[in-house]
Amino acid sequence: MECVLGVVGRDFAVVAADTSAVQSILVHKTDEDKVLVLDSHKLMGASGEPGDRVQFTEFIQKNLHLYQFRNNIPLSTAATANFTRGELATALRKNPYSVNILLAGFDSDVGASMYYIDYIATFHKIEKGAFGYGSYFCLSLMDKLYRPDMSVEEAVDLVDKCIKEIRLRLVVAPQNFIIKIVDKDGAREYARRAYTSNSPSDAATVTA
Amino acid sequence: MSLDSDRDRNAKRRWLPRAEPKGWTSLDLLAEQEAHLRPHKPKSLCGLSFLDSAFHSRHRTRRVQESRLQPRLLREPAAPAMSIFEYNGSAVVAMVGKNCFAIASDRRLGVQLQTIATDFKRVFKIHDKLYIGLSGLATDAQTLYQRLVFRHKLYQLREERDMKPQTFASLVSALLYEKRFGPYFCQPVIAGLGEDNEPFICTMDCIGAKELAKDFVVSGTASESLYGACESMYKPNMEPDELFETISQALLSSVDRDCLSGWGGYVLLVTPTEVQERVLKSRMD
Repeated sequence: MECVLGVVGRDFAVVAADTSAVQSILVHKTDEDKVLVLDSHKLMGASGEPGDRVQFTEFIQKNLHLYQFRNNIPLSTAATANFTRGELATALRKNPYSVNILLAGFDSDVGASMYYIDYIATFHKIEKGAFGYGSYFCLSLMDKLYRPDMSVEEAVDLVDKCIKEIRLRLVVAPQNFIIKIVDKDGAREYARRAYTSNSPSDAATVTA
Repeated sequence: MSLDSDRDRNAKRRWLPRAEPKGWTSLDLLAEQEAHLRPHKPKSLCGLSFLDSAFHSRHRTRRVQESRLQPRLLREPAAPAMSIFEYNGSAVVAMVGKNCFAIASDRRLGVQLQTIATDFKRVFKIHDKLYIGLSGLATDAQTLYQRLVFRHKLYQLREERDMKPQTFASLVSALLYEKRFGPYFCQPVIAGLGEDNEPFICTMDCIGAKELAKDFVVSGTASESLYGACESMYKPNMEPDELFETISQALLSSVDRDCLSGWGGYVLLVTPTEVQERVLKSRMD
């Protein structure tokens, strides 16, 4: 039900997630932000058990800030991803967190990168990825349409196509999405996609 | 016979004390949509947690009764009862040649039926003449590799030399047996050049039972196919080029018969003087 997807382009990365907070048959909220801005140049899109998701992502965020306070330099994306993976792996055989994470960041030496971290701490660096039921629709779309040197407009267009597909084909699909971007200028919200019209082929109001 | 009493009875069989979700009614079924994302929401009623139940997959009972409750629409997509070793999919093989060895793996990282990446690394370097391939659950392979590198670096600091392959194999075996009753779900394949550049290969199961071999060792979801392919293609004392060709053909033909592994191959050929790494292009399915 919870969909998180991400794409790495030329010197930027885009992470999108749905914004519904659902419990059983009830939708608590339709504007829940599941892509946390970890620090100036990192985004963490998370999906999974709601309590675990919020607790774990905020835990990572606070540890990241602590490192920066102590050492006066920010942690790199790769180091953050490995730290996150280590925390999940340590907790796995004691008290597992049920959170799937797509961590995207921009480093001045490496450029944009994105890491796929499973709930059982499977760690892999990827260019395009998705979690949840939405992934069954998005991954093949991305395989077809993704190119490594995409511009921001092309990447967001790809994400929009994925969102459209999820809305159309997933039963009880989340309608509203948030899209965040990270590039050399920092991590920020790029757009929100809200389902406003009756026609299923309309994609959305943009506020950014 | 109510479902709840079955679950209460089966709850006693669990190893870990864990709260079962109360109220297994139709209202909760929507919440259980992505049960495959949570480690402990078993579809079966035998009440074992995700990791433990996979280890005891033969003892699963009463799964059919459970699935009748859920309307067909809302049931999670076909997730067949898979062993934990088949969760990510893998194939690793090592072969001995004349004063050289080759170790190869597939490149798929999957989550059951879905492919996540096609460039996943399964063969890791310990030192210039020692490599380990880890098949099975990817997260445990990564954790185990990190622990082994840590132990080897400590050994290098203390002994001021690299570990011999036989010693390393014993180390891996000991590390795995330490977790006898909560194991790492990996089967390592170790390959190295020992004293006098004598090739050494061995494999072990997930609790460290070493299996030395003079010709080839295999592990992973495609292991049965690999056994057959290697047995028929292997010859003793092959030169490096011929060894590379043989191991590549054996790997590719075996993973083609296994849906969970494949999507390319990665072959490392190690001789006393050089290391050759090659990526194989194969059927991308």
